[in-house]
Amino acid sequence: MPTSVSLEVNGRAIVVIVDDPGMPLLYALRDSLELKGPRFGCGLGQCGTCAVLLDGEPVLSCETPLTKVVNRKVVTLEGLGTPEKPSRVQQAFIDEQAAQCGYCLNGMIMQATALLAKTQNPTVPQIKKALTGNLCRCGTHLRIIRAVQRAARSA
Amino acid sequence: MLDFVSTRRGVLKTGGALFVTFTLVDKVLPALAQGSARKKTVSLDEVDGFLSVGVDGQITVYSGKVDLGTGVRTAFTQIVAEELEVPIDRVNLIQGDTALTPDQGPTWGSISIQIGGMQIRKAAATARKALVEMAAERLGVPPNELRIENGAIKSSGKSVSCADLVGGRTFSLKVDKDAPVKDPASYTVVGKSVPRLDIPPKATGQFMYMQDFRVGGMLHGRVVRPLAIGAKLENVDESSVKDVPGLVKVVRDGNFLGVVATTEWDAIQAARRLKATWSKWEGLPERAHLWEHVRATKINSDEVTANVGNSAKALSDASKRISASYDFAIHTHGSIGPSCAVVEINDGKITCWSASQATHRLRKQLAAMMAISPDDIRCLYIEGSGCYGRNGHEDAAGDAALLSRAVGGRPVRVQWMRADEHGWDPKGAPVLIDLRAGVDREGRTIAWESEFFLPDSFGPVPLVAAILADLPGMTEQLPKFVVRNTAVPYTFPNIRTVAHMLNETPLRWSWMRSPGRLESTFANECFVDELAASVSADPLDFRLKHLGDPRGVELLQRLAVLTKWEKRTSPRKDAKGDVVAGRGISYVQYDLVRTYVGAVAEIEVDRRTGEIRVERFLVVHDCGQIINPDGVTNQIEGNIIQTVSRTLKEEVLFDRSAVTSLHWATYPILTFPEVPDVIIELIDRPNEKPWGAGEPAATIVPSAISNAVFDALGVRLRSVPFTPAKVLAAIEGD
Repeated sequence: MPTSVSLEVNGRAIVVIVDDPGMPLLYALRDSLELKGPRFGCGLGQCGTCAVLLDGEPVLSCETPLTKVVNRKVVTLEGLGTPEKPSRVQQAFIDEQAAQCGYCLNGMIMQATALLAKTQNPTVPQIKKALTGNLCRCGTHLRIIRAVQRAARSA
Repeated sequence: MLDFVSTRRGVLKTGGALFVTFTLVDKVLPALAQGSARKKTVSLDEVDGFLSVGVDGQITVYSGKVDLGTGVRTAFTQIVAEELEVPIDRVNLIQGDTALTPDQGPTWGSISIQIGGMQIRKAAATARKALVEMAAERLGVPPNELRIENGAIKSSGKSVSCADLVGGRTFSLKVDKDAPVKDPASYTVVGKSVPRLDIPPKATGQFMYMQDFRVGGMLHGRVVRPLAIGAKLENVDESSVKDVPGLVKVVRDGNFLGVVATTEWDAIQAARRLKATWSKWEGLPERAHLWEHVRATKINSDEVTANVGNSAKALSDASKRISASYDFAIHTHGSIGPSCAVVEINDGKITCWSASQATHRLRKQLAAMMAISPDDIRCLYIEGSGCYGRNGHEDAAGDAALLSRAVGGRPVRVQWMRADEHGWDPKGAPVLIDLRAGVDREGRTIAWESEFFLPDSFGPVPLVAAILADLPGMTEQLPKFVVRNTAVPYTFPNIRTVAHMLNETPLRWSWMRSPGRLESTFANECFVDELAASVSADPLDFRLKHLGDPRGVELLQRLAVLTKWEKRTSPRKDAKGDVVAGRGISYVQYDLVRTYVGAVAEIEVDRRTGEIRVERFLVVHDCGQIINPDGVTNQIEGNIIQTVSRTLKEEVLFDRSAVTSLHWATYPILTFPEVPDVIIELIDRPNEKPWGAGEPAATIVPSAISNAVFDALGVRLRSVPFTPAKVLAAIEGD
């Protein structure tokens, strides 16, 4: 039986009609809204690449059912900025060339954005700790750390 | 305003512009739409194979080599922009489209720039020469009075644009191997750290990865793999999924099982709920006895990779003999995004979109499996999650082909789940190495012998779908690249190195970042360190003493300066306390004929817990002419960090039936707090050939760490991964 779920995504009011309201938010964002920022990595909450901000807090959209986001505000990578007008964190990642394949970048940028919202000038250990749950297989970690530092400086 | 969206396309209601349709595909990648490709040569001998000039003067490069997240797209763009004297943004690149791009071989082995890029450079140089000649005729000016500048050919007062000369038309010209290329002294684009073209869209969620690709009318597929690798499918209970709303079909073909549904979530639900019975199968070796199994595996042939003097006699004459065995665990590629592909079949013609590193070969594999002509298949590359070898992309394409055929050719997207990727992507081989060396009374190394147990070249990795459905594969002899660093760069008087090419590996094998070379260099460079210690030599001095190659010598001397190398023997004499620091050196010339890398690892090891912490890697790297320094730096950092992960943590676990490390908790990789700092010195040689950087720096990592642990504690780690348990066992056994 189709169910309607109301939420806000990147500032727009959305009603998602689904058969299964237990469906993770990730699939609504990717398949229904055709957003490309949040990415499928493991579906188990182990890699961090599906992260979005839910009412400002980073959550893993692969294990967040739609029932948990009713009437709440979701921000994805697309909601932070655009290639023409990137957010300061996005700009810092571009400036530091902090990507190889870039598949993990969504999680890194969402997590870093959440970190910098609370901690203006994080130390390197604080950055590493905040990103512990975000896996990168290409080995771009050092650039990512530098990007977060740069974003902090540019605030 | 409210936007209504649905996971069911059929009942889609949208109140606004939010729901965009798939017109994006045509805008972003015009070459993608089926049938849109005009008949274009893909010949490796023709300039038109590689290049075209549009009526607007835009240059299009057709590259058979693809960007696997390495930045090679930007590097190729630089190479062409340089030779044709146009700004970077006037160059587009189409990659890995069998209808449009020449078959430059798979994107593997750190040869994209070294071979692929140089083919493109030659094509561009030929085009440049032809454009100047055409302009000379058009303008009535001798070619030597013309210059090419910003997309036009100019003399004093006269000018004609490249677009006017050939825009929208073909060159119809063979690639001229003697066409003059630009003098590196005049480079303005090559050799510069041009920012990667793909990072702004990747950082803002605009980049379309393979996993994002959609076509109209597309269905979603998921695979249901056997519980044991060789199990037979005995029964499928389709009633178990009758309640899944969007289910289109349960597809069974031999032991191949999958589901197709209208939405992704429905496909996932169906795959999870589908009840299937499989036969029991326990054909894998016991993991506890893996190395006995490898040693007992049938040897197809022996490759003698070096035979100097008489090593057997020298070894028996030696006053001191040392020997050791090294082993390297089975690893998985572990791309962060699982494999994904889309296939559709129209009028018997197959279109396959995937992140395959080898679309031309995939086309042949699909042709064999689907029993149709390769001419009726078009494979197109779309960049996926990082690819470090032949991972699961081709297999996902095979899965999508069988699923699409089962639903009348409708486009089907197959996205592997995490357990499919960890469980079923092809794995690295378990590699075993035996080494022996002899030293005479004066402390000179007089004998070096080694035996490597390496996977034989089986040809293209068979598609999982073809195996399970018992459909034909294709055969093609692959080069035995895995043996290329089994011999050593050192000038010992008596050497014999042999690679035993094994008939099989426990798990389906494929090449994974620096196959064979990584394991060989681990053993060789650790054993060189053992030799140095056995004669109380400084390990850097010992290498220099036995190295004849001046480029290698220069590299090691620069490494000594970079690391402020203090001359002494290992282990260090002043080790005290529970946590001890150590340094370890390693050196490689990749394949013994190209890129040079030297590195020092600085580590700390805790005697109580056995935990190794890699603090810092210092690397000197010489890959000849550098196209993009920041691109090379990025690759080196990645090589080091990924291989620290492989060295310290990674090992595929399995029982007698199947792989059991099916996710990141059971196959942990390095996390941010564990990442070492990496200091890099690049040696740029603009007048030399450009060599690869995608793999060489990986090879020196395990040996540098092992040698550093020896320096700290005086114990040798000869088995990757260096887990705390192995470190503690080495301490206790010392």
